[in-house]
Amino acid sequence: MQASSNQSTRILQPARPWFILFSIAFALFLNLLPTRQWLFMPDWVMLTLCFWSVREWRLIGMGSAFVLGIFMDVANGAALGQHALAYVLLHYAAVTLSRRMLWFPLSQQALHVLPLFLAVTGIQILIRMLAGNPFPGGEQFISPVIAALLWLPITLILLAPQYRPDEHDDTRPI
Amino acid sequence: MPVFDHAPPPFFKRGPSPLALLSFYVALSIALFVLDLRFHALNVVRQGVSVVTDPLQRLAQSPLRLASESSAYFRELESLQAENSDFRADRLALAPQLTRLQELEAENAHLRNLLELRAQGMADGQAARILYTARDPFARRVYLDKGLNHGLRAGQPVIDSAGIVGQVTRVFPLSAEVTLLTDKDQAVPVQVLRTGQRSVTFGLANGLVELKYIPANADVVVGDKLVTSGLDGVYPAGFAVATVTKVERDSAYAFARITAEPVAAVESHNIIMALNSRELPPSPETAPPETAPARAATSPRARPARASANNNPR
Repeated sequence: MQASSNQSTRILQPARPWFILFSIAFALFLNLLPTRQWLFMPDWVMLTLCFWSVREWRLIGMGSAFVLGIFMDVANGAALGQHALAYVLLHYAAVTLSRRMLWFPLSQQALHVLPLFLAVTGIQILIRMLAGNPFPGGEQFISPVIAALLWLPITLILLAPQYRPDEHDDTRPI
Repeated sequence: MPVFDHAPPPFFKRGPSPLALLSFYVALSIALFVLDLRFHALNVVRQGVSVVTDPLQRLAQSPLRLASESSAYFRELESLQAENSDFRADRLALAPQLTRLQELEAENAHLRNLLELRAQGMADGQAARILYTARDPFARRVYLDKGLNHGLRAGQPVIDSAGIVGQVTRVFPLSAEVTLLTDKDQAVPVQVLRTGQRSVTFGLANGLVELKYIPANADVVVGDKLVTSGLDGVYPAGFAVATVTKVERDSAYAFARITAEPVAAVESHNIIMALNSRELPPSPETAPPETAPARAATSPRARPARASANNNPR
């Protein structure tokens, strides 16, 4: 299965808005699971938001990134606006990169999003350090690397509904 | 007609340019966290948003709860029976002590009457379940499944069966945030049970607490029990807090470095109890809220417990 635009032999179906909404709600659900002690647990909302920002930036706007960030802030008891700022910047960078990175195979797409994910974590740590918290330790940067590694499976999963076949029409010659 | 005009024709409606949108949202988020971190002015916004996120949180907890509850259901009858007989034996063993306790309580009440001391109110409160722990790596907080609607208020102390767990710091309509004892900013006024030496514990990041402002020559040894001193008006006196695990005395510093381990299962409990806030008699303006006010004032990290302002006008 190929997902980069230059090699694909199939034309993707358009993405369905309710599926995008569902996938983001599911990512939010995954983030709210009690997995705090696992350092390798990626920020699922960040990953899903980045994916849809790259693929469907006409449907997922910067406002939705901001609102998702506020949800994450409230749910985590973080500083209000901390996730929101990181997600808004992520959205902007992802949309800017999208025209370029979709021409690469998936492994190199993951390399494109890795610095974005590292920056999202870095921005949040920076904000909290400005607020007077000490540096929480370099192990915080494990989870964005895991998130970048997950780019390949997440692409295959989230694009799967768009690979669905056209309506079969037996009377058509081709 | 302006042929070289680069503006798109009016039928391509595109809204504001991405860069303008970006700067708007960046400015908005910076404004939000300045308001939140510096002025703590956004609790209303938090409460509003929490109404949306709360159902999702409960949903996220439900598979785990289902798993744990069904495993409890299928636990062998045998182990429950053994546990039950253990409890019976325990109750028999405790019965003489209980009768003696009643006798002592009566005697104590009588003596207090003689001394004209105010009777210490029994601690009562509300049991709540922990929904989840915050993902925030900077703080040690958990969320409860009860909130404003169930009568929880910011500032209430939270205990489990062994001792102090922390304090309710934010209350939402349907949930509440508890800052654990082991949070860096959470201070608990304590005293050493053996000697009566008063001090304040602060959380360390690794699940332990640190005993502060104790002189290097003070009588504190490993194994000493720390209980709440009740001086701040938030925590009732006499609840177990921690056990001293390490004492380092360095002549270069005026204070001993004392580390203690919380008695309560601070990082792993499931059901806890939020105690009702105490009604304090009005304290004289000069009375210090903590034991070491002069030293506390010189230390940049010393702060009274976060929500103590609710009960204490200082």
